[in-house]
Order: sequence, then structure tokens, then C-alpha cells
Amino acid sequence: MNGEWWSLMADSFGKILIPGLTMTIPLTAISFSLALVIAVVVALVQFANVRVLKQAARFYVWVVRGTPLLVQLFVVFYGLPNVGILLDPFPAAVLVFSLNEGAYCSETIRAALESVPAGQMEAGQCVGMSYLQVIRRIVLPQALRTAFPPLSNSLIAMIKDTSLAANITVTEMFMVTQRIVARTYEPLILYIEVGLIYLLFCTVLTKVQSAVEKRMRTYG
Amino acid sequence: MLEVRGVRKSFGEVEVLRGVDLQVEQGDVVAILGPSGSGKTTLLRCMNFLETASGGELIFDGETFPMSHTSRKDIARLRRKTAFVFQNYNLFRNKTALQNVTEGLIVARKMPKAQALEIGRQALEKVGLSDRCDYYPNQLSGGQQQRVAIARAMATNPEIIYFDEPTSALDPELTGEVLAVMRQLAEEGMTMLVVTHEMNFAKQVSSQVVFMEHGVVAEQGASREFFLHPQQERTKAFLRTLSGEIR
Ligand SMILES: Nc1ncnc2c1ncn2[C@@H]1O[C@H](COP(=O)(O)OP(=O)(O)OP(=O)(O)O)[C@@H](O)[C@H]1O
Ligand SMILES: [Mg+2]
Repeated sequence: MNGEWWSLMADSFGKILIPGLTMTIPLTAISFSLALVIAVVVALVQFANVRVLKQAARFYVWVVRGTPLLVQLFVVFYGLPNVGILLDPFPAAVLVFSLNEGAYCSETIRAALESVPAGQMEAGQCVGMSYLQVIRRIVLPQALRTAFPPLSNSLIAMIKDTSLAANITVTEMFMVTQRIVARTYEPLILYIEVGLIYLLFCTVLTKVQSAVEKRMRTYG
Repeated sequence: MLEVRGVRKSFGEVEVLRGVDLQVEQGDVVAILGPSGSGKTTLLRCMNFLETASGGELIFDGETFPMSHTSRKDIARLRRKTAFVFQNYNLFRNKTALQNVTEGLIVARKMPKAQALEIGRQALEKVGLSDRCDYYPNQLSGGQQQRVAIARAMATNPEIIYFDEPTSALDPELTGEVLAVMRQLAEEGMTMLVVTHEMNFAKQVSSQVVFMEHGVVAEQGASREFFLHPQQERTKAFLRTLSGEIR
């Protein structure tokens, strides 16, 4: 490596990191939070066998998992204006990412719900709790604990997938990097640099995950 | 106090209960004996609506309930007067021993927390576990878990407690501590319906014995009579196979 590369890296580091902190991370955090809400609801209506909603849930998971994320982004951002629905880039990205991630996470949570022994529900009902009370206080907390490692995995995957939002003009890290490359003609160094920043984010998440898992080990 | 009549239950083609009649008076300790697969667990589960019977009725405190189609509301009401102790404990894995006991009081019965904690501590003390209040189930031995489960059952002040082989998942040395708690409960006048393979418990603690075979009650009677003068050939044969265990 020569000195020019080093100074280019140093110069661009802040320029790339800032949209990472102000765009990539908020986009991930908001989308993933919404995805979790969607996932819990979608998993629960299936687990509890709520008639029509269960079919709707299966349909949603089927469509979302069966189509590319990039296509979903394009349909929402470039397609929906045709029917009068015009979304700004950021809300469009949040919408697509949370719906997409919600479908995957709902399967994780559904599997975790099903892994809770039936005896937990029976014991809850035998002490007089209603079905929903047992779900909320006994079954769901246990399921979420089981689901925590795979959900962390999804979160880590998602933070990287947000780079796709560059395609719908969200000025997140990757888009900003592309712009700097267009100016400086240094794709190798800059794309490696942005890759390293993603790696940094994921490393922090991994550390947080193992710390939380250690704390949760008290029971189970 | 509690009676079931003509309880039937089929799993698919297989008829597991074929018309079971059973009566429990207040303060009775009824032991249900019988070979494996005779339907003892299924009967108990039907009586607490964990399984829906195909037919039969349940009479509780003079009120009659059709067992195949009791409303959810009635089931909830009945469950508030009963408690169930499972073979494999089924303690709430995400709750401490004390929370296991108080959960039904606070959540289902809307009892003030302070009062529930008080009752919970008393119940755990009674089963000899006051020093284990804050332990999670996976930090307790099998015998301790089962005693927490019994405390959880007692705490709701039920009119009857159903036990499904409460000691059969336990090592022999842990069986005694659980049976001692049950014996104490019986002495205090708790009404209990106990599926068990523990002949000593049946002989010494129970007041009534019900012998089930092939989904029907083959013989029942006062415990003493039952063991001294069994009437049916099948009962005699069953007792003979167990005679190794009976001292
Ligand atoms: N959920 C189920 N589905 C199908 N068959 C079942 C189910 N539960 C129980 N059975 C059958 O019903 C019969 C009675 O079972 P049950 O568990 O009531 O016997 P048990 O008297 O409690 O036996 P054990 O002493 O071994 O516990 C058995 O033949 C069993 O295979
Ligand atoms: Mg059984």
C-alpha cells in the first residue's frame, strides 16, 4: 500500500462512517423492531390456529420468502407511484425491510413457540390462567429466548442487506461509498473500506449478542 | 363432592376409556391403580379438560357438566377449584420457584401481589423449600421440582388436587420426600385423586382405591378392604404381580 491510499482511506473514513451511523443503523434498527412486532403477531396467529388469519399469515410468508428483496424494493419504490402511492426512499426502505424480515423472523419464532413443551400450556391452564395469559407470560417468553440466537443472526444479516437500499436512492453507507468512488476512481480501496465498516458493525452486534446470551442463561 | 359418570374417550379408532364411573367425597384420598395403558392418565386429563372426553358427565359440587362439550367459561371456573400435579412437574421454566407458585394467584385470581407472595412463601415452606424461593426449575432436583409443583397446586386453595404419578419420574431416594408432602396434605384433609404405582402410598395413605383395566373401573372400594379382600380375579392377579413391592 502506498501513502496515497492511506490518506484516501483516512479522508473517506468519516464520510462513510457518518451515513453508517445516521442511515444504515437507524434503517436497520427501525426496520428490525417493526419486523419483530410483525413476526410475533404472524407467528402467534399460526401457533394459536386463528382461522382466517392463519391462511393470511401463510400467504404473506410464502410471497415474501419467494421473491427477491431487491425486487420488493423496486416494486414499492418505483412501482407503487403508478397507482398513486409515492413513498420517500427512507420510509419505502423501512416498509420493505420490515415486511421482508418479519416473514423470516416469524418462521423462527413459530418454530420456537412450537418447541415449548405442551406441558407448559397445560400447567398454566391448570392454575387457572387463560390461553392468552399463558401465551403472554409463559410460552412466548420461553420461545423468544430460544429464538434469540437465530434472531440475532437475522439482525446481523439485515444490517448488511440494507446496502441494497442504495438502489432506491437511500443515502446509506454503500451509496455514499459509490459516490466517492465515482469521484476518486479508487473502487478497490473504498469498497474494502466500507466492507470493513460493515464488519465492525457486525462485530459489535456479535459481542452484544453473546453478552445478552450469557445473562439469559440463568434459566432453561 | 366430585363424580364422573360414563366417561368415554377415543383416540381415533382406539377407545381408551369405555365408560368410567367414579365418586370422590370431600376429604377422600383416592388412589387409582391399574396396569400401564389402562387409561388412568387419560381419565385424569379428561376430568380436568386437558383432553376432551367423547362422552360422560362430571358433577362438581352438585353442578353437572357434559364432558364432551363443557363451555370454555365453565372449564375455567372448574379449574379454579382444582389443581393438577403432573408426572413430569411442568414447572414454568422461565419463573422462579416462588413465581411458579404465585403466578396463578396474581394472574388468574387477580390477588394483590403482596398477599400472593405471602401465600407463596408459606406454601414453599410447607413443602420444605423456603430456602429455594428464587431458584429456577433447572436449578432444582426432580424431587424439589415436584414439591414446588405441589406447593403451586396447594397455593390456589383447591377443593381437589389431581396427581398423575407424581413420583414415577423420580429416583427412589427422592420419592420419599414427595410422598411425605402428599401424606401431610392428606392428613390435613385435602381431597386428592392420585394415579400411582406406589403401593405403599395407596395402602397407607389412600382411603379409597380404584382399580382400572382396559378403560373401565374393574374394582373399587375402601383401601383396607381392597388390599385385604380383593373381589375380582383381575385385581388379585394385579396385586400378585406387585406383591414383590408390598411389604
Ligand atoms: N394423545 C394420545 N393419542 C393417542 N393415543 C393415546 C394418547 N394418549 C394416550 N393414548 C393411548 O391411550 C391408552 C391409555 O393411555 P394412558 O396414558 O391413559 O394410560 P395409563 O393408564 O396412564 O398408563 P401408564 O400407567 O403407563 O401411565 C394407551 O394405549 C395410549 O397409547
Ligand atoms: Mg399414565
